[in-house]
Amino acid sequence: MTFTGEIYPGGDRPGGAGAQPHEADGEMGRWGDTVDDRGRPEDAGFTSSPHRPIPPSDGRGPGSDERRGETRRSRLSASLRRIRALLRKELRQIWRDPRTKRLVLAAPVVQLLLFGYAVTTDVHDVTTIVVDHDRSQASRSLQDALQAGGYFRIVQTTEDSRALARALDHGDATIGLDIPRGFEADLAAGRGARVQVLVDGTNSNTGTVAQGYVARIVQQYGLDYARAHGAALAPAVDLRTRAWYNPGLLSRVYNVPAVVGALITLMCLLLTSLAVVRERELGTLEQLMVSPLTATELILGKTVPVMLIGYIDLTLVTTMALLWFGVPFQGSVLLLFAAAFVYILSALGLGLFISTISRTQQEAFMGMFLVMMPIIILSGFMYPVRSMPLFFQRLTLLNPLRHFLEVVRAIFLKGAGVAELWPQLLAMSLSAIVLLSLSIWRFRNSIR
Amino acid sequence: MSDAALVVSGLSRHFGDVVAVRDLSFEVRRGELFGIVGPDGAGKTTTLRMLAGVLPPTSGDALLGGVSVARAPERAKPRLAYMPQRFGLYDDLTVRENLDFYADLYRVPRADRPARLERLYHFSNLGEFEGRLAGQLSGGMKQKLSLSCCLIHHPEVLLLDEPTFGVDPISRRDLWLILHQMVAEGVTIVLSTSYMDEAERCDRVAMLHEGSVLALDTPARLQAGLDGTLLSIRVDRPRAARAALQGEAGVRSAALFGDSVHVLLDAGVDPEWPARTLVAAGVPPTSVEPVDASLEDVFIDLVARSGAVPAGGAHA
Repeated sequence: MTFTGEIYPGGDRPGGAGAQPHEADGEMGRWGDTVDDRGRPEDAGFTSSPHRPIPPSDGRGPGSDERRGETRRSRLSASLRRIRALLRKELRQIWRDPRTKRLVLAAPVVQLLLFGYAVTTDVHDVTTIVVDHDRSQASRSLQDALQAGGYFRIVQTTEDSRALARALDHGDATIGLDIPRGFEADLAAGRGARVQVLVDGTNSNTGTVAQGYVARIVQQYGLDYARAHGAALAPAVDLRTRAWYNPGLLSRVYNVPAVVGALITLMCLLLTSLAVVRERELGTLEQLMVSPLTATELILGKTVPVMLIGYIDLTLVTTMALLWFGVPFQGSVLLLFAAAFVYILSALGLGLFISTISRTQQEAFMGMFLVMMPIIILSGFMYPVRSMPLFFQRLTLLNPLRHFLEVVRAIFLKGAGVAELWPQLLAMSLSAIVLLSLSIWRFRNSIR
Repeated sequence: MSDAALVVSGLSRHFGDVVAVRDLSFEVRRGELFGIVGPDGAGKTTTLRMLAGVLPPTSGDALLGGVSVARAPERAKPRLAYMPQRFGLYDDLTVRENLDFYADLYRVPRADRPARLERLYHFSNLGEFEGRLAGQLSGGMKQKLSLSCCLIHHPEVLLLDEPTFGVDPISRRDLWLILHQMVAEGVTIVLSTSYMDEAERCDRVAMLHEGSVLALDTPARLQAGLDGTLLSIRVDRPRAARAALQGEAGVRSAALFGDSVHVLLDAGVDPEWPARTLVAAGVPPTSVEPVDASLEDVFIDLVARSGAVPAGGAHA
């Protein structure tokens, strides 16, 4: 069996690597079927003469690729080409991994639905039990007034005071209204009537808001009653409030834009740390370190795809917020994207940091949760920063997400521009610089 | 510059109090197939990782074509390839994509690629699996793909950590064919192995034990250098036979080789003596023959002489 240079003259055969190797294989016979032909299969691995002739090399000496023209410009272009190679590989892997794809596309939808519908602090349809000892026209019209706004829904009307306690205990009702005997008589006599309101304070937020609504409704009722019955009791000051930027005081309008921030944080922390740690687990990180790829190139190749994903999610959430949830968008899209860039840098820094303290994907996951929780809680995402104790309010100033959420909400709802938002943008830039440099420094050391 | 592709001088690595590699010095000539042999824990992987520039040495250095791998790894890296024992392939990329990725990283010119791929496919037989995901290849195929990924940029020096570990005999043979071809083309190969039969295929061998080189020479000279008489004793109960001989005066070492015992006697000791001793000990031998020393015998003798007791044999 001879097979030498004539088929691959100089190795520069036209036609590329497409079809011919297969023919060549066929001609020479493949390994499995020709062991007998070669004899001594038990010797496999210990014969020094190559049985399978090998076509000549392409004529270049070993190691000749990297050492041509080492000028600064060629070094830069070499560097860019390596980054591009890594980017292509990363995007290919992300695209091929159904889990990542699900995460990137499904997470925004799920979070939007949750924060658009489920997580709501709006008070409406509050279950109410009424104990009506009076059974009068006045007590019935008070109940009508209570239900009229849609805020309260009377689930039971009874004369038994014990039923009220039971309903609150069992959670059948959040509000209990007790109308005493003589309610109408007192009103008619102008003596001033009393009603008792009991509130289930377990959910302090709903409780407080509902309490306020009841008080206002009852008060208004009293005024209307007096007016209808000829007594002109105009209040000294008539307070009329109007909420700007979110006239309906819908929590959706407040929450939905903020999903952008939570989502970008999640993606950057998770995908960056996993992208690095996965290679460490596979052992490929060491190979990348042996290759001419530098730490900086590695970091860029790992973070740029994540940034891209961050922007995909930003676009997705913004579009859904506008088209589906009808959240107003007053500001500049360009500013939103620019602010997101600064914030993403911080988040990528944190993701890299997690990758330096994790050896396995599991550890990276745990590290992510450890970092994610305080960032979310101290951001004003769910709980307004202003209702926190002063110490924690100050602490939130170190949290880039807090600033980013302020920026996002201000752009969405108030149409704020750089003139109003520069302090937040400055804070975010500072945190991006600090977090990124710290992480890159740690990352360089961790892969050594 | 001499014809040395790799000059190692005083290379040491400590992990805390543990000395993994102690004061290693040797030279590897251009185009040489150099073996680092020793049992697990001898320091083979640590040595190779230092040579690859992945692990900074505690002291000492290695010059790769005159470039320090410790001080200027970025200049040394493009000229070497390192295949760790567990070379990680990207399972979710195809054979071709894995190869392309490394070709891109090392900036193999586009025009050269078809020819190089063709060659690699040719001796790895991976051509017909070009479009298959690496995760779906068999173990031997994966190893060949790993080696191909290391070779795509034509390294001057190829560092291989137990390249045939866990590979089936056929793929093992394929891998050795590739290695010999690379050496024939002028590539320098440094490989580690714990298989002594593989070590015998190297041009020169460094025997590593507990981080130190016990001996360094060609396999033939190492074998010839074993003075004394080597006997292969077939016996029903080899363990009992070894116990009866070990430590006796004149016995330099006694080690199990399958169902026989290899006994190395000091020069001048009567070769009939072990048989008599074994009969007296109640483990009569079925045959006693003088044999040529294998590298394993040499290694066991060296370890015995260095004062440590080898655990069972060098195959550990």
